[in-house]
Amino acid sequence: MMKLEAIIQPSRFESVKDALREVGIEGMTVTEVRGHGRQKGHTEVYRGREYTVDLLPKLKLEMVLPDKLVNTVVDTILKTAKTGKIGDGKIFLSRVEEAIRIRNEERGESAL
Amino acid sequence: MQIMRHMVWKCCLLFAIVYLAVPLHAQQASPAAAASSQSSPSTTQAANPINDKLAQLDQRVSGAQSSADNAWMLVSAALVLMMTGPGLALFYGGLVRRKNTLAIMMQSFMLIAVITVLWALVGYSLCFGGNGPVIGGFEHAFLRGVGAEPNADYAGTIPQMTFMVYQLMFAVITPALITGATAERMKFGGTVLFLTLWFLVVYAPLAHMVWGKGGLLNASLGGKFPTLDFAGGTVVHISSGVSALVCALYLGKRTGFPKQPMPPHSLVLSFIGACLLWVGWFGFNAGSALASSPLATSAFVATHFAAAAAALSWSAAEWIKNGRASALGAISGAVAGLVAITPAAGFVAPMPALVIGLVAGAFCYWMVTRVKAIFGYDDALDAFGVHGAGGTIGALLTGVFASQVVNPIFGPGKAVGGSDGHWGQIGNQLVGILIAWGFALVGTLVLLKIVDLITGLRATEDEEIEGLDITQHGEEAYNLES
Repeated sequence: MMKLEAIIQPSRFESVKDALREVGIEGMTVTEVRGHGRQKGHTEVYRGREYTVDLLPKLKLEMVLPDKLVNTVVDTILKTAKTGKIGDGKIFLSRVEEAIRIRNEERGESAL
Repeated sequence: MQIMRHMVWKCCLLFAIVYLAVPLHAQQASPAAAASSQSSPSTTQAANPINDKLAQLDQRVSGAQSSADNAWMLVSAALVLMMTGPGLALFYGGLVRRKNTLAIMMQSFMLIAVITVLWALVGYSLCFGGNGPVIGGFEHAFLRGVGAEPNADYAGTIPQMTFMVYQLMFAVITPALITGATAERMKFGGTVLFLTLWFLVVYAPLAHMVWGKGGLLNASLGGKFPTLDFAGGTVVHISSGVSALVCALYLGKRTGFPKQPMPPHSLVLSFIGACLLWVGWFGFNAGSALASSPLATSAFVATHFAAAAAALSWSAAEWIKNGRASALGAISGAVAGLVAITPAAGFVAPMPALVIGLVAGAFCYWMVTRVKAIFGYDDALDAFGVHGAGGTIGALLTGVFASQVVNPIFGPGKAVGGSDGHWGQIGNQLVGILIAWGFALVGTLVLLKIVDLITGLRATEDEEIEGLDITQHGEEAYNLES
């Protein structure tokens, strides 16, 4: 099992979600986050006072996947989340030890 | 115990003064009453049906005029109340950070309640009773003698009670304006006590001096320095704006200012608030004609034109400086224009109103962005930069543009402002401005010291960081998860 975390542009979310559904992904957790990598923020001016806003709104997708699906999902996200500009985000993968469904205590990949 | 006895004594004294004033008031009223009671029997004795008919007609005509004027004045009173709540409350509420939203709105709302009660007890009388040069008397304390009969000195066609409640709304919004400078760091108790005292010590004398009979600065009822102030450039805006500056300096900066970003939490609220202020201002300025007259129309038009011109000039200044025009800039400009036209509204024609607006928008933009940055005071929501500065420039320009064609306040055919050839009026305006500045500076400073000793003024740093909504009122503006 692998955990996939993807930070993407909020504007790409609908396409990513639809494409993931097509390859058979049924569950995900989405969080509204703020952050920045190489992308610069912007400045706002209120009555002459200037503020630099460098944390920009992004969406974070989290899902735990059975090993056989990992490559498909990564490819799908790469294809649909890309705009080609700085600020498109990143994907992180990490190994997951165990998954347990709270309702019936099922374990392993069948709990996903 | 000592204090109780003291208070009882004071109450007795107050009642004694009130009862002494009764015969005085009755005497003043009696000649008119006697005259009217004499005249009606004489006409019936003559038994002249035409005279009878004419007298009836006369009564009906003045009754109809009174109804029309009264309708407009009651609507105006309601419009001016709308300026404080929700207008100013939303305007300021949106400009503060989320954690202080309810606190600043609550301050405006509390002032509606506190000033209203005080107004009924002594406020109206201190502003519009008596004919002293500096402050009114106790003639109308507890609204004694304020009823359906007009007060011919101020508004001869509407019940004095209408005039009273209309003027009350001005007394409500003026201290509320000051909360823009003290925002996000002044304790609730200290704010209410300070502004209550401020109303008695600064507002009441200034209102009497400028608008009250015999007041030092009154333009039409025997003032020594006839200052033109149609709807409150000195009384409302200079007084509150200058006091706001004193408060900002006395309180000190908000924790973290200017390093920490403090952007407005909802310009949508501010936008709605500013638009409500604009509409309410028609009651404020056009209502100050105290009648549903052509002068009210003139003031209405001048008000609207100045607001539009100032919104444009502030936006243009911003565009030149930052390459963009902001929504906050446009609404701030409109408010600056409304402030500046307030003293001039019933004295100037539409073209000068446009000029006043254009000047005020650019001038207030410069005050708020440059001057504030140079001196470094934390006038949180720019009560001084908009009301103090806009009120001052408006009062001066009133002296330049006031026209006897619009309002022959000094008598038929007599020059009023500089453009009529009476440049000396600018001197009178300056005296009015200086007295208003002086009164506001000294009065505010003294009161701040006193209230600081009694309740304290500033919230603690912890309270400030947590937010005044939670620490002063025990609630939050936005419980998004509930």
